[in-house]
Amino acid sequence: MLEVNQLECRRGDRRLFSDLSFAVGSGTLLHVRGRNGTGKTTLLRSLCGLFTPESGEIRWQGEPIRALGDDYKRDLLYFGHLNGIKGELTGIENLAIAAALDGDRADTPALWEALARIGLRGFEDLPTRMLSQGQKKRVALARLILSKARLWVLDEPFTALDVDAVALLQRLIAEHVDTGGMAVLTTHQEVPLTSGQVERLDLEG
Amino acid sequence: MALNWFKFASPASFYPIAGRLVPVFWALTIVLLAVGLYWGFFETVDQLGGNNPQKEYYRIIFIHVPAAWMSMWLYVVLVGWAAIGLVFNTRLSFMMANAVAPTGAIFTFLALWTGAFWGRPSWGTYWDWDPRLTSELALFFLYIGYIALHSAIDDTRRADRAAGLLAIVGLVMVPVIFWSINCPDPNQCAALHQRSNLMRIEGNILFSMLVMTFAFWMYSFATGFMRLRSIILTREADSTWVQEILNKENRA
Amino acid sequence: MLRVFWTILKRDLTLAMRRRTDVLTTLFFFVIVISLFPLGVGTEHKVLEILGPGVVWVAALLASMLALERLFAADYEDGTLEQMLLTAQPLSLLVLAKIAAHWILTGLPLVLIAPLVGMQYHLSDTAIGIMMLSLLLGTPVLSLVGAIGAALTLGLRGGGILLSLLILPLYIPVLVYGSGAVQVSSIAITDTQPYLALLGAFLLVAMVFAPVASAAALRISLE
Repeated sequence: MLEVNQLECRRGDRRLFSDLSFAVGSGTLLHVRGRNGTGKTTLLRSLCGLFTPESGEIRWQGEPIRALGDDYKRDLLYFGHLNGIKGELTGIENLAIAAALDGDRADTPALWEALARIGLRGFEDLPTRMLSQGQKKRVALARLILSKARLWVLDEPFTALDVDAVALLQRLIAEHVDTGGMAVLTTHQEVPLTSGQVERLDLEG
Repeated sequence: MALNWFKFASPASFYPIAGRLVPVFWALTIVLLAVGLYWGFFETVDQLGGNNPQKEYYRIIFIHVPAAWMSMWLYVVLVGWAAIGLVFNTRLSFMMANAVAPTGAIFTFLALWTGAFWGRPSWGTYWDWDPRLTSELALFFLYIGYIALHSAIDDTRRADRAAGLLAIVGLVMVPVIFWSINCPDPNQCAALHQRSNLMRIEGNILFSMLVMTFAFWMYSFATGFMRLRSIILTREADSTWVQEILNKENRA
Repeated sequence: MLRVFWTILKRDLTLAMRRRTDVLTTLFFFVIVISLFPLGVGTEHKVLEILGPGVVWVAALLASMLALERLFAADYEDGTLEQMLLTAQPLSLLVLAKIAAHWILTGLPLVLIAPLVGMQYHLSDTAIGIMMLSLLLGTPVLSLVGAIGAALTLGLRGGGILLSLLILPLYIPVLVYGSGAVQVSSIAITDTQPYLALLGAFLLVAMVFAPVASAAALRISLE
């Protein structure tokens, strides 16, 4: 259970939002909406502990995330505007490093399978800078398949993806939520989200 | 304790207090400067004997030494505020650190400048790689680094926190830097040390030096608070209390 | 824990091997700066012998600083640094691994080429030996302390020149004792021991505190 209490965030000297409270229970998908500059990304980064809010509190399973530290990060997967993959490394290498950093001893077959499922069969051994924008994004999204995190925080995950990949990502999110996971995401595209319980949060400027 | 210190930690409540204190500190600065300079220039003349070649130019000490003291003290103050800001996440502390930095840099520069003028008649050169001068130069670089980093970052919060962390790292390094400059040869470190002892200084000289130090201190408060007030106004420009002040001043 | 350290170390070394020019530029910069000095101050043996240790050390300072700019920059731009902040591993350990890789790529080559530049300055064999030893102890300190500055200036315009402003004053102790050791070695080799001991002490202290400070700086810079 992720709880947010009276959160206030500032960017520079500007207040983005204040007095924001909500909760995300297990099996729930939270869709954060709002125009550009209303603080969607800042909110998501605050949820991950990357950004320190001005005031208010974020709790995970009843404990403040600051106090939980690494225990919280084990339960968390963040997908931001940047793919977080190295262009000089191959898809497999990228995935193996990500898995090692997450602390899983993911075996190689699992990595290959993940890349195959995300639609990159035949591209596993190419340095990722040779791939197209969408394919790079797919490499990054393969982390979702391997992830054991309970909370997914996804910032605009659908951009640059083709129709097939969008459908696949939707399926992944749905699976995650159906098995008791939680997801918080932003998207500008109208994507029909069919997962279990969908809640909406609107940020106004 | 019933008094809540954090109440004063809000920029809104500190702004008027600082405004009321600024004239007080300016008055103290002027009085202390007048006393200190008068005493230093006219009441200590006969203390050094007629034939002493240091007779005339030694008076620079009344500016040089207090400036050097203040330059070091203000760096500690700066780091203190930055540390409080990083630990308690209070915006006012960072503003304080920010307001102190230029004054500290100015005192460091003043100490170097007057040091050079003193060095010319006594050592025959404007600059010598004397350990204390070199240490002061290193301190000047630390101040400049703080100010440069702060102004290079657009996002004020990141600027505050990054420059604060740099200042703390600087303070940790200061003893090592000073020590390495003072004692470049670890084989004969003990022989090199030559310390000044406050107790050995003649009473009148010490008195005017201390008065000058307090004068500089009050000056630091005055300029620091003035700078702080303008920082507060800039950063809180979109808050209602600043708008009210601006409206009031426009009407007046 | 150790496994994560190796993962990052191996990753950074692999990355460097696939983009080799980055490594060589630092080394060539070091050699060029040192080779230019005799052209400026004259080629008299006596002068070069006196200047040698200082010149080599100042060049090492500058070379290590130039390389530092890239320590976190690439990972910052592609978002992998952000992911490192979000792993359940101690960030200071990851930072230490990155610094270690960085030193192997930019500091160690300077140590290895030291005999060559030492000969340019007519240094004696003992002086060259001491110089290698002092560089071996001192350059990791430069990388460690410099990492704090690199983390603080991440993503800023003009970051490189700013970095030098912040970090060079902090390099003073290493410069003083590093070049001091080489200078003393020509008089009495036993006298170099306290210098090297001090450099070793700096290294140990820096290894403990610099990664923590760099990690804190990264958290600030990535907000």
